[in-house]
Amino acid sequence: MAIWADNDTRVIVQGITGREGTFHAIQCRDYGTNVVGGVTPGKGGTTHEGFPVFNSVREAREGAGANCSLIFVPPPFAADAVMESADAGVELIVCITEGIPVNDMVRAHDFLKKSNARAVAAGRTPSRLIGPNCPGIITPGQAKIGIMPGHIHRPGPIGIVSRSGTLTYEAVGQTRNVGQSTAVGIGGDPLPGTNFIDCLAAFQADPATEAIIMIGEIGGTAEEEAAAYVKQFVTKPVVAFIAGQTAPPGRRMGHAGAIISGGKGTAAEKMAALEAAGIHVVKSPSEMGQTVIALTRNH
Amino acid sequence: MKVHEYQAKEILRRYGVPTPRGIVVDNADEARLAAKELGGRVVVKAQIHAGGRGKGGGVKLAKDADEAYDLAKQIIGMTLVTHQTGPEGRVVRKVLIEEALNIDKELYLGITLDRRIGMPVIMASKQGGMEIEEVAARDPNAIHREPIDAVLGAQPFQARAVANAFGLEGDAYKKCIDFVQKLMRAYVDTDASLAEINPLLVTKEGNVLALDCKMNFDDNALFRHKDVVEMRDLNEEDPLEVEASKFGLNYIKLDGNVGCMVNGAGLAMATMDIIKLAGGEPANFLDVGGGASAEQVKNAFRIILSDKNVKAILINIFGGIMRCDRIAEGVVSASREISLPVPVVVRLEGTNVELGKEILANSGLPLITADGMGDAAQKVVAAAKGAA
Repeated sequence: MAIWADNDTRVIVQGITGREGTFHAIQCRDYGTNVVGGVTPGKGGTTHEGFPVFNSVREAREGAGANCSLIFVPPPFAADAVMESADAGVELIVCITEGIPVNDMVRAHDFLKKSNARAVAAGRTPSRLIGPNCPGIITPGQAKIGIMPGHIHRPGPIGIVSRSGTLTYEAVGQTRNVGQSTAVGIGGDPLPGTNFIDCLAAFQADPATEAIIMIGEIGGTAEEEAAAYVKQFVTKPVVAFIAGQTAPPGRRMGHAGAIISGGKGTAAEKMAALEAAGIHVVKSPSEMGQTVIALTRNH
Repeated sequence: MKVHEYQAKEILRRYGVPTPRGIVVDNADEARLAAKELGGRVVVKAQIHAGGRGKGGGVKLAKDADEAYDLAKQIIGMTLVTHQTGPEGRVVRKVLIEEALNIDKELYLGITLDRRIGMPVIMASKQGGMEIEEVAARDPNAIHREPIDAVLGAQPFQARAVANAFGLEGDAYKKCIDFVQKLMRAYVDTDASLAEINPLLVTKEGNVLALDCKMNFDDNALFRHKDVVEMRDLNEEDPLEVEASKFGLNYIKLDGNVGCMVNGAGLAMATMDIIKLAGGEPANFLDVGGGASAEQVKNAFRIILSDKNVKAILINIFGGIMRCDRIAEGVVSASREISLPVPVVVRLEGTNVELGKEILANSGLPLITADGMGDAAQKVVAAAKGAA
């Protein structure tokens, strides 16, 4: 068991003929992910690195039975790629692209909401968007859908959810002795498709997950909302780290969403809210692994 | 990206949002001419990218053109210190000369993204001139919030709700409705991340104008707004940060003495945090991006070392797709070229980490290797203290 990505996930790569798309499509396939093809408008019918190429997501879904898309389309066109996937009924949309305008994502979210409502009304599965500006999702030993280094992961009981890519790898590295159920990078943008609560709910329901690491950062209120959710609904142990305890206010720290504005979104506020919800908050990023391992059943 | 008040008003005017008549100048002679053209009685306003200009002495009323000349002479070239500039302040290079108006009411109107609901939200308060955060802290009910569908724009009933919240009547009520809808259009069309009118002015004659205006723009959308990009004022930015951005490095200068070079924004913030926990103070935030090639590392070294406070450097790279031996080779070749004047602690993790460490150890360079983030932080803080 795992969440959202497993052996049954059939992935197409949007932007497969681009440099990043090509490289990572091969990396994912090498890991063992079921990459069934790619989409590059105008290049349909060709084969690229052994992958069949389609003109549209709809064609790829019908022609290759894809139920997941992995997006490497450049920022000006990425929101369109997300909407195209949703319209084609793709169940899991993983958008790696960094630098998408916020307004484009506002419109894409709006589109997703409506298209998901239609899907549900018609008895189909709605689409889940992970990202943008994220490393993707991996279920060790089953499917790697993203740009993370596959080899550092191994199957195990720790669920990981994070707004940061390399900090996710850090958490994976620190839990290498026990392994991970699924690791989800939800991305550093202000409007992520999948948020902490979605992941926490899925990990709570997943029998393979025993304990959860949640990695937040400054900006917004997603961590506070997650804290309230955990307090009410999550019985599995949760360990949290918040990056940016020393970040100056008013400055965007690399990620579009990582900014303390108007005195709001500080690490201190988030850590206090998480602690109040009974979450094990570690001050040091080097303590995520040991803390969560101590809380797992078989320790 | 931020722009000056006079530039933000230029953008507003394109969308038909009323602003006072004004002329931007960079010397006192032109200030006098501008004041004459605007009727004599004017406000002289310092143009810097920071709030609190009035309290800092950067906004003054002139009763005639001669006084405008004197005030401009005094303000242009001054170092203006406000609660947003930091103690070092900002040098004023331009002033906006604006007609003085008959003030009846000063209100607050702002638009920004509400991340929780994924929609822009209009915020309105009767307490113009006060910072919205201050109003929010004191009396959250004093702020009217109106979420707007970005695709549909501000509907008339929503604009009326704002005018109602302001308690306006008659002409001003109608003009406010028009103002709100046009401002919303400007916000969405230009991919702004903030449009703040503080104060929004209602004149004794019943006109509604943007007396002050602050606009920030979504950096990710600048590719489709060449006109906004042209408004960028490099004088308002840290020269080191500008230099770093040319090499695709995301650098933010801080006050400490431990430099850091990290791949990934989250890990970079976490590295700053762990330096602080180990008893040190980070000198910067620096994200070298995914690649961390020799060229990137060299540029990063140069930028970090331009800050003379730096007493030691921590390189923290989680080699993902890129192998640690390649990263180590990059660090070694960059270190040779730069001839490092301070101790450098290197923490690598990922594929071929042992090989990477071997390359560092055999380089003959004074590179200190570390295992894990905690160990790296301890070592670099000790090194900085030893060097200080």
